[in-house]
Amino acid sequence: MSSQPARRRRLEVEDIGDIAVVNFVDKKILDEQNIQMIGDDLFRLVDELGRRKVLLNFANVEFMSSAALGKLITLHRKLQAVQGKLVLCNIAKDILDVFKITKLDRILTIALDEQAGLQMF
Amino acid sequence: MCPDQTAEVTIASDLAEARRVQELVESALQNSAYCERDIFSIKLALEEALVNAIKHGNQMDPDKRVFVAYCIRPTRFEIKITDEGEGFNPEDVPDPTAIENLERPCGRGLLLMRGFMTEVAYHGKGNCVSMALEKNGESAD
Repeated sequence: MSSQPARRRRLEVEDIGDIAVVNFVDKKILDEQNIQMIGDDLFRLVDELGRRKVLLNFANVEFMSSAALGKLITLHRKLQAVQGKLVLCNIAKDILDVFKITKLDRILTIALDEQAGLQMF
Repeated sequence: MCPDQTAEVTIASDLAEARRVQELVESALQNSAYCERDIFSIKLALEEALVNAIKHGNQMDPDKRVFVAYCIRPTRFEIKITDEGEGFNPEDVPDPTAIENLERPCGRGLLLMRGFMTEVAYHGKGNCVSMALEKNGESAD
């Protein structure tokens, strides 16, 4: 018997042309185990599924702590390494401040909404 | 004006317990008509401080506890979080906004606590942090 917790879907991925548009299922990106699994799913898009353009849509996300930022940076680096691109969009004002305070808005590409995000590839 | 609300909670070194404290504080802030922005700021700072206390302070040791004391005043929120770890010097934490550290995957908790709260101070050997937020506005309710 495996002691692994049940694997549930944490991301919704929709293909728009060659861009993978990713929506988060959870409203809160907090719990370490949850963040690990979200990271694994995001990295799989690049490492196994060969996606090179990823648009992360934060429309559903109401709360996120610093623990999730590391996964976003790793995803950004992975895509950079294969000449791909990561764009973030629809980030609520409070969460946008998390990116501004940490100055990650200087290395990550952030768009106002999904339409603007799609134009940035 | 609602009266001051004070509470003290002791929790195990367990992140699920941290969530319980957050829910308790969030509910009390809503009852005191704190606005959504202030509640977000306090929740985020509390998350970062509790994760630091449980993971880095107590090293997830189930025999160690985290002590939380907070006071919700009509115009100001104050909280003190103490762990049973070795403590640390906040000045030793590398600046995560320095260009050479920008892409490091961790080390931003303290920066966010300082960014979202009005006051953040460490005490003693660094295993006790106090934070305060001056209330910015009333909720729309």
